[in-house]
Amino acid sequence: MLKFIAGRLVQSVFVMLFVGAIAFTLFQFVGDPINSMVAEDATMAEREALRERLGLNDPIVVQFARFAGNMATGDFGFSYQHKRPVSDLIVERLPATLELAGLSVVLALLIGIPMGVYTGLHRYGVISKVFMTLSLIGVSLPTFLIGILFIYLFSVILGWLPSFGRGDTVQLGWWSTGLLTASGWSAIILPAVTLGLFQMTLVMRLVRAEMMEVLRTDYIKFARARGLSNRAVHFGHALKNTMVPVITITGLQIGSLIAFAIITETVFQWPGMGRLFLQAIRQVDIPIMSAYLVMIGFFFVVINLIVDILYYVVDPRLRIDRAKGAN
Amino acid sequence: MANSELTAKTATPLARMADAFRRGLDSDVFHSFKHSPVTIVATVVTLVMIGASVFANLVAPHNPFDMATIDMLDSELPPVWEEMGMSKYLLGTDNLGRDVFSTILYGSRVSLFVGFTSVVLSMVIGIALGLIAGYKGGLIDAFIMRVAEIQLSFPTILVALLINGVMRGVLPPSQHADLAILVLVLSIGLSNWVQFARTVRASTLVERNKEYVLAARLIGVKPFFIMVRHVLPNVMGPILVIATLGLASAVLTEATLSFLGVGVPPTEPSLGTLINVGSDYLFSGSWWITIFPGAALAVLVLAVNLVGDWLRDALNPKLR
Amino acid sequence: MALLNIQDMKIQFPSRRGTVEAVKGISLEVNGGEIVGVVGESGAGKSTIGNAVIGLLEAPGRMTGGVVSLHNERIDNLPFQTLQKIRGRKIGMIFQDPLTSLNPLFTVGQQLVETVRTHLDMSESDARKRAIEMLDEVGIADAENRVDQYPHQFSGGMRQRVVIALALAVNPKLVIADEPTTALDVSIQAQILDLIRKLCKERNVGVIIITHDMGVIAEITDRVAVMYRGKIVELGQTEQVLGRPEHPYTKSLMAAVPRSDVKLDRFPRVSYSDGEVKQHQHIDIHSHWLGKSRDYVQKDGPLVRCENISMRFTSRYSIIPSWRKYFLAVDDVSFDIKHGEIFGVVGESGSGKSTVARMISGLYTPSKGKIYFDNTSVSDLKTDKELDPFRRQIQMIFQDPYSSLNPRMRVFDVIAEPIRHHRLAESKEQVTQIVEDLLEHVELGRQAAWKYPHEFSGGQRQRISIARALATRPRFLICDEPTSALDVSIQAQILNLLKDLQQELGLTMLFISHDLPVIRQMCDRVAVMQNGKIVEVAETEKLFTDPQHPYTQRLLTLMPTLNFQAAV
Repeated sequence: MLKFIAGRLVQSVFVMLFVGAIAFTLFQFVGDPINSMVAEDATMAEREALRERLGLNDPIVVQFARFAGNMATGDFGFSYQHKRPVSDLIVERLPATLELAGLSVVLALLIGIPMGVYTGLHRYGVISKVFMTLSLIGVSLPTFLIGILFIYLFSVILGWLPSFGRGDTVQLGWWSTGLLTASGWSAIILPAVTLGLFQMTLVMRLVRAEMMEVLRTDYIKFARARGLSNRAVHFGHALKNTMVPVITITGLQIGSLIAFAIITETVFQWPGMGRLFLQAIRQVDIPIMSAYLVMIGFFFVVINLIVDILYYVVDPRLRIDRAKGAN
Repeated sequence: MANSELTAKTATPLARMADAFRRGLDSDVFHSFKHSPVTIVATVVTLVMIGASVFANLVAPHNPFDMATIDMLDSELPPVWEEMGMSKYLLGTDNLGRDVFSTILYGSRVSLFVGFTSVVLSMVIGIALGLIAGYKGGLIDAFIMRVAEIQLSFPTILVALLINGVMRGVLPPSQHADLAILVLVLSIGLSNWVQFARTVRASTLVERNKEYVLAARLIGVKPFFIMVRHVLPNVMGPILVIATLGLASAVLTEATLSFLGVGVPPTEPSLGTLINVGSDYLFSGSWWITIFPGAALAVLVLAVNLVGDWLRDALNPKLR
Repeated sequence: MALLNIQDMKIQFPSRRGTVEAVKGISLEVNGGEIVGVVGESGAGKSTIGNAVIGLLEAPGRMTGGVVSLHNERIDNLPFQTLQKIRGRKIGMIFQDPLTSLNPLFTVGQQLVETVRTHLDMSESDARKRAIEMLDEVGIADAENRVDQYPHQFSGGMRQRVVIALALAVNPKLVIADEPTTALDVSIQAQILDLIRKLCKERNVGVIIITHDMGVIAEITDRVAVMYRGKIVELGQTEQVLGRPEHPYTKSLMAAVPRSDVKLDRFPRVSYSDGEVKQHQHIDIHSHWLGKSRDYVQKDGPLVRCENISMRFTSRYSIIPSWRKYFLAVDDVSFDIKHGEIFGVVGESGSGKSTVARMISGLYTPSKGKIYFDNTSVSDLKTDKELDPFRRQIQMIFQDPYSSLNPRMRVFDVIAEPIRHHRLAESKEQVTQIVEDLLEHVELGRQAAWKYPHEFSGGQRQRISIARALATRPRFLICDEPTSALDVSIQAQILNLLKDLQQELGLTMLFISHDLPVIRQMCDRVAVMQNGKIVEVAETEKLFTDPQHPYTQRLLTLMPTLNFQAAV
């Protein structure tokens, strides 16, 4: 177990270095940071002095080592556009995005998995067909369009829910939460549903496909032949076997939720990291772009580690070595 | 067997084509197509929409980019069936007085162009890398797949945004508008190759150990020809499925990027740009400027997805 | 009164190409303590019967007629809930593949306890006790501890014992075993069959064994039903049906079973099966293309010599060398193959016999040792230019007729590929001519060239593979289990064809098989492999009459013998 986790950790470090290298390359080759930091009329000498002071004349390897060290200690540099440390900006925006993404994941799993199981078990049922059609529409409607429609329906026409912002927030240390106020909850509903809808359809379709796959296996047939009840066969034997791929995909989905949050945050003017990143792209604000990249890379690594450990828990074939010479 | 009379003498190219056609009509895939009305409708809708957008300049009642024909006084007119509607603007007009129906046709042309070219791009990259990784194995495989895995964990939209951002940084601002479509194709294409590569690699791994590939190796056929002549034709099924579903998702990604304001410029609007522009007028009651392009986008993507879904099931022997 | 009574059972599978009648009205009785075999070739409908009795016919299949009764109670028309109470409780089922029959995520004990508690009113701890007893009874040592292990911790044979324990966990009156030993090695097969027989007699359980293997039938059954195309053509006491078959199909089937006791020159023709094969066309080897440019100069010494070859696979790769895990598939093996002989290699699964074949063919490069072909060390050749002449001389026929032909290529292109690659023909017309001749030669007919592989049966595909292998005009042909995926009557035809070709073309052959009777019929000399090593090499007749190594002796005693076969 320890060896397994150690191996994964080594891999994670390599992944982070790889992501860091991309972020660093951004700095190196995209635009000249000096241009965005000095006044228009700065002389060549002033530029050169700044260059020297920032260490931009050092060998690339030294620069990368320094860059990686800074990243590891949470120092992402200064935003060109906001003229503030990127880490401050991130700390401000991160809670909003995580709350939004977290609620969406919960929604997607709580609704997606049961729907997937149901449609997998009753392939030809009427309700299954309705679910499948709905899910296909869900996959085909772009997130931003769903957001716009929701706003139009629930905010403009019905006027039930706010169309933008986070509502009132409460400060818990550095974490600002909207989940402790009524207005915060009413503000998060529309964006969370919008964001979760797409993931939900994906989870549902995946669980359904896996369920159908597992139900065709010999051990399910054998379980039926032993007279086990449908309930035991479906929820005991089949469901547990569909969990391994579902765990993987859920891990991947959390990553993509954070990305789709960019769209949702834009539509609902949600003050999260996604909007920060989008503005950075429009303005070519490299420090924010690379910080965001490293953050996402970090999330990816952590999620993957958790997924690997979950595999380990669910699947005994990974946990226990094959019998040696049992025959 | 209807074709048992085929011999060397009768097997002219034409006869073989006719034979292949007959097989096609008799195949299980075509049979399942015939018996799936939803798929037939979806295929027709897809073809009609592609056709209408390719020939937009012939089909559209107005040319929305011809300033001479646009009357600003006609701006924000509702569709014909509404009280204020005018018969010459079927689906109403937008804030600049352009016919919404015509902008949709021209817009889907841009959307589909970006979609098709980027799918072709990711297909070429993905197939090549997937074949190499699957057939060669070892370090090359480990490297390609690790990169793919990392990229896969960064969702398409994010990778596309990032590539887009980098391009903006590298290119001088004056060229942004001119190169927008190229940048868009590159960023969507480069962010989607992973799916192809993974599928092709997985199938290649299976096919590589099949005995017909071993037999070809024993004959002495070179790896390149084994891949192209033996392996590739046998992994075309899954590739076709991913390409179809990939077209749908590329069109969606294009629309999303344009909606986020980093895609196609408003001077040459795609469906996404139209929805983006129109959404500002939603609150003032001019819902048709954004709803109709949105519906067109949804219908197009839905139809393509339906075809792709059906293809996947029809080509999967296990589900029969 | 019979335990199980099947009256005039009919089963249909509707499909868009018309309804397939899988079972066309069969009647069968099974008594307690009796083992009844149902034997037939693929497509005979034998597995369908077992599934229908227990109510697990796969959609869209359905029983369209007949009555199934257990203890005089009709069970084929029961509602689902009642049927569930019969499954496992009164009828147990054993499937073919023990590797996929058990749920990998639950311990053996959990699966047993669940089954017991579904049917019997028992506490968790009592059920567990019972589970341990059951494992003990099916011969699993240390059941106390192993009950908490997962299926993957058991070997294939042990897993099949677990499957049997599960099937018998609540004392059913009838057990249906569908090819229970097909996936197992011969030594384990014997143990499992013994176990089934023992449990049947001790517990007075009725057993139906469904199999394609005459050896299994002879070994274990009391009565046997021979099925052909959905009908029972012969039913009776096993000795009588196997020893003095009456129906022409049973007769020809029995004739096709390779004999272990005596070597015959050829297999008798199976005349009953439809689709009569064309008479083999003898060609004048000296004038024909196949015989032309046999320009090899016969050198002294063996054609193939393997010198201390080993093959090591990496079973787990790691950057750190000491973390890597290896598997030694072939361990220091040496042997010679003489010009013109058929050299057999026999062994159980995992013995390394296929790996040897692949090393000689050039698909694998040995990790140690050298292979000489015609006195040239092939292992030292690197470039295509050097290797191509040898590739042309060495060809291979594979086991699985369904994956050995590219499904996207016409038969013509499959066979023409080697001819084109090695530039063995002067013109397009000649390529066509050669391909058509080859197809005639393997008794398929020239029209076959323009079809795709999926239009052929397994046996026909194997003929196409043979034609492809012959297309390079090889001297040396490697056959890796060429008939183990085929029905016994088809096997006889293919083996006859291989024998004829070997004689006509003067081929040297390496013949790999797990099947001792087949080896006896085919080979001049045999090597016996166990765990990557050759334990014995001998003339075939000598090996079968006077085996030296204990392992060989054991294999020979385990070989199912058809004592009833008529003397020749």
